[in-house]
Amino acid sequence: MTQFTGRAGRPLSPGAAAVLDGMGPRLSRRALLGTGAAAAAAMALASCAPPEPPTGGAPELKLPEDLSDQEKIVNWANWTAYLDVNEKTGKYPTLEAFMKQTGIEVAYSEDIEDNDSYFAKVGPQLRAGQSIDRDIITMTDWMSARIIREQLCQPLELAQMPNVVSNLLQPLKDVPFDPGRNYSVTWQSGFAGIGYNKDKVGRELKSLDDLWAEDLKGRVVVLSEYRDTAALVMQSQGVDITSGWGKAEFEKAVELIEQKIEDGYIRKVKGNSYLEDLTSGNALAGITWSGDIFILAYDTGDPAWTFAIPESGGTLWSDNLMVPITSTHRRNAQTLIDYYYDPAVAAEVAAYVNYVCPVEGAQAEMEKIDPELAQSPWIFPTAEFIADNNIQTFRALEPEEDIEYADLWSSRVMGN
Amino acid sequence: MSALAHVTTDPAASTAQGPRATGRSRTAYLLLLPGVLWLGVFFLLPLVQLAAVSLQSRYPGFPGYYYPDLNFANYAAALTDYAPHFARSFLYAGLATLLAFLISYPLAYAMAFKAGRWRNLMLICVIAPFFTSFILRTFAWSQILADEGWVVGVLSFLNLLPGGSIINTPVAVVAGLTYNFLPFMVLPIYASLERADPRVIEAGGDLYANGFTTFRTVTLPMSMPGVLAGTLLTFIPAAGDFVNMELLGPQRGKMVGNVINDQFLAVPGGYPVAAALSFTLMAAILAMVFLYVRRFGTEELV
Repeated sequence: MTQFTGRAGRPLSPGAAAVLDGMGPRLSRRALLGTGAAAAAAMALASCAPPEPPTGGAPELKLPEDLSDQEKIVNWANWTAYLDVNEKTGKYPTLEAFMKQTGIEVAYSEDIEDNDSYFAKVGPQLRAGQSIDRDIITMTDWMSARIIREQLCQPLELAQMPNVVSNLLQPLKDVPFDPGRNYSVTWQSGFAGIGYNKDKVGRELKSLDDLWAEDLKGRVVVLSEYRDTAALVMQSQGVDITSGWGKAEFEKAVELIEQKIEDGYIRKVKGNSYLEDLTSGNALAGITWSGDIFILAYDTGDPAWTFAIPESGGTLWSDNLMVPITSTHRRNAQTLIDYYYDPAVAAEVAAYVNYVCPVEGAQAEMEKIDPELAQSPWIFPTAEFIADNNIQTFRALEPEEDIEYADLWSSRVMGN
Repeated sequence: MSALAHVTTDPAASTAQGPRATGRSRTAYLLLLPGVLWLGVFFLLPLVQLAAVSLQSRYPGFPGYYYPDLNFANYAAALTDYAPHFARSFLYAGLATLLAFLISYPLAYAMAFKAGRWRNLMLICVIAPFFTSFILRTFAWSQILADEGWVVGVLSFLNLLPGGSIINTPVAVVAGLTYNFLPFMVLPIYASLERADPRVIEAGGDLYANGFTTFRTVTLPMSMPGVLAGTLLTFIPAAGDFVNMELLGPQRGKMVGNVINDQFLAVPGGYPVAAALSFTLMAAILAMVFLYVRRFGTEELV
């Protein structure tokens, strides 16, 4: 049977190949007319189709003209509770200082609820070469990997970012998805574990199984990122999440989570907005991110909010700053990113967000702000702390696995 | 006869009349143009695009990419995997419509016949919620009805709340839908009741019908256009709504709108199934509305 190939020698889509195969060698006139009509229909469909996938080979990046000098602005999309904020004025002190120092106006928006939903929104626009009105986006490692692979972000000029070059923590200089950090710079790292209100729960929650207690039934929220929630469950089931597991292990974790939702233990599966459920009292405990719980304790003035890594282990992830491919303010974005790699500024941010600080020298600066925080393992974890608590990073998934697991997660945990 | 012959055969006359007539029809078409363009660009084009997407297939190995295809399996998936979600959507939307009707009718009736000088104030109260975003209002309800809130506190104290919470239950979803679409039910009913001639209703009494019979045989039929419009305006958006379920609903037992939202936003490569679901929902609603209007429409409105 002949192998039909489409444009550029790429194999035809399976459906089209099957149609062509099925036509056979001899074409009657009617069949020819029919296929003509089908081809016309196919072309009509093709004209509305999303762009074709990257074909590989030599990358041909077309960067937009940088207007940083004419337009002194930068738009930054970030997650909730991820930058120091003055509760009274609603302003961000470090951003204010940056604007005063450089004259660049920063529009800061907390519009990322979770990786999938944000990228599903902006991805098609970026692929079509449209502006998304953001010059910096903040995405977790695995999503950064996808964005870099699809060439939807701009290469950064490290020469323009001296602070980043000298202060980025050594282990973060060579991440698997971006060797040499040409496309992304770490914003913060953090842990996923158990967050709960010690007073309202009335005891310590040490393991994941402690979440499934009768008196917490319906008062537990878990994260919609399966790389956190399913990962923690897998760890509790004895899986090493860094390597050597497959669909069977993942499915087993999904089954447990599904069961806990079915039985009414888990109330909601949410993105960053899980904080609202904790604030309103609908939930007393959950699988959460480390820094959020410290901010929650600070915001509500209730020190009973506690974050703990379950006995079976927790996850470590990083979020990365990237410049979307259609941004016209790359230089401004770089200036801003570099500013946050000044140890003093980084310490100021870390003192508020309580996430793992990726900046060398910030610990020394933190001594000046709050000596106690400078010793906090949640901000400046030591290698022993990571090892002792069995804190792991979720292994990178192949694109096919990514889709398969996302499907499984969406249909059995999120939706239904 | 001669007049007719004159019109059809006289070339001079036809040229004299012609330009004027075609000119007029040309103006009519020109006036139609904005509307047709609008429909074409903002209704037909997206619809065709949606139909095209709903038949696409995922590109193996490239999350989020598709190729044009005639993949009817998307529809099969939409109908088999998500049939319960469709059923739930129609059930909740139906319940919300019924509840909204039961609340709206007395309200509209009171506004039309009994309110007197309070009528305008009542109208404003019905319309006022539109001045704030409906997401914000729904969100406000999720705070009011929160587990630690006073409503749940009081109900729990009185032992009236077996589950211990209102938020994140189907009850909250139906209540939210009812609340959010209430004005769409009140206003059309009010409009048709307000137009009703009170003398006709009085005539019912004059003919020895009691209050209920008058209402059943005179008032209600007169307000049927409003009821029909109100139920459609409530049911159609409620069936496709996902915000109330998202903010007020439970984790299990989602509506079809949430599935569409999830497929679009959370599943890499979920666009085709989401589009197929949207199309199926549209067709199902269209069919139901058609049957409903056939049953309760036109004839009984006269």
